[in-house]
Amino acid sequence: MDFHRFANPARFMRMSIPLLRVLAPAAAVLLALGLVLGFQVPPDYKQGMTVLIMFIHVPAAWMAMFAYAFLAAASAVALVWRHPLAEVAAVEAAPLGAGFTALCLITGSLWGAKMWGTWWVWDARLTSVLVLFFLYLGYLALAHAFDDRQRGLRAASVLALVGAVNLPIIKFSVDWWNTLHQPASVFRLGGPTLSTVYLWPLLTMALGFTLLFAWLLVLRMRAHLMERKIETLRLVAIETRQTVQPQEALS
Amino acid sequence: MSAFLAIVRRDLRLAFRQGGDGAFAVMFFVLAAILFPFGIGPEPELLARVAPGILWVVALLAAILALDRMFQPDWEDGTLELIRLSPLPLELAVVAKCLAHWLVTGLPVLLATPVVALMLRLDPASLPMLLLGMALGTPVLSLFGSVGAALTLGARRGGVLVSLLVLPLEVPVLIFGVGAADAAVGHEVGRAQLLILGAMLAAALPLCPLAAAAGLRQALE
Repeated sequence: MDFHRFANPARFMRMSIPLLRVLAPAAAVLLALGLVLGFQVPPDYKQGMTVLIMFIHVPAAWMAMFAYAFLAAASAVALVWRHPLAEVAAVEAAPLGAGFTALCLITGSLWGAKMWGTWWVWDARLTSVLVLFFLYLGYLALAHAFDDRQRGLRAASVLALVGAVNLPIIKFSVDWWNTLHQPASVFRLGGPTLSTVYLWPLLTMALGFTLLFAWLLVLRMRAHLMERKIETLRLVAIETRQTVQPQEALS
Repeated sequence: MSAFLAIVRRDLRLAFRQGGDGAFAVMFFVLAAILFPFGIGPEPELLARVAPGILWVVALLAAILALDRMFQPDWEDGTLELIRLSPLPLELAVVAKCLAHWLVTGLPVLLATPVVALMLRLDPASLPMLLLGMALGTPVLSLFGSVGAALTLGARRGGVLVSLLVLPLEVPVLIFGVGAADAAVGHEVGRAQLLILGAMLAAALPLCPLAAAAGLRQALE
């Protein structure tokens, strides 16, 4: 597939308008459907209706990891092929990923307070997801730490690749260590152990979250490119004004 | 080989030139570690329980403090450009600088640990495992630190930013290093933790210089 076609920011801006028009209603429909299906599930034999937190916590966790994988892949593309939009995609996906990670940690904490009797525990899964949250924050800090924006984006791309080692650690943490967090119930060898009654709303919410992420990402990328354009216009305006001002000051 | 050693020798000479600048890291290590008995009370059992953790955390902070001197002065006065232009690959130059950083921070910390461990009432049975773990872990701290230092060259507030970037990556080293010492306290062999620390060192040694060199090239553009 010839990705060079998508490297033109102006073409991206044009293509993103119909894309947004499709993504927004699709995300809304799937999220609404997921919530409706979710509220129709029978209560869990042990957790009662608290099991509904799963329909937010698990998709948020999946999105947190997916967003970082997306970030790392976009950073790799930016470093290897110097694709101009890859860096933009990466830096605009990072706040979304951090938001999903925070949502995952907060809903997980609320769920654990009810089910485990504790708001937090330092087991491998929770610790590695907390590290993921700080990796997102570190990425954003580095990307915005330079006066030259391009330099910041490129340095952050290298950092994103270094931090990608955390992803398999998160995924396999419940297998490698004795954790309070339960082992994998969906993405495992031998198929999901979750009953279909719960699986369908879960997958619907996951798809809805993914479309939400895509919609927000395209919106943010458009905003980023517009900001860049404004900055360039401001610099041009300052330049042309400076050649006029001294004479005005003297007259 | 001679270029590699030349960089190591130069960094060591610079670290000790201005009347022992290089000793600041180990002085911080000792001072910060002995703050803890004042903070949590001098009760021996409590101190012995947390001593491995305190020693590791303070060693980590001491290593991070010395990081902004790894590349920043050379970048500012143009030496980094010359290093990049030399026949020595930039990745090996990074390894040389990490070695020098470790010799100035990691090794003195390692040598100071038995004395500080005594003051923190560490169980003597766990001291060998603690030292072995630190011997494997402190080079990893230097290697990950070099990545952070290289990526933040020329950034605003680079010093504080390096710690924000490097600390999440160094959490696993901390976990396994303290795990090895705690296993020894429990009269088990911390062999698994030491093997994992060794694996981290084996992985960090080729990979971190790649990332750090990429960062240096970006800074020099």
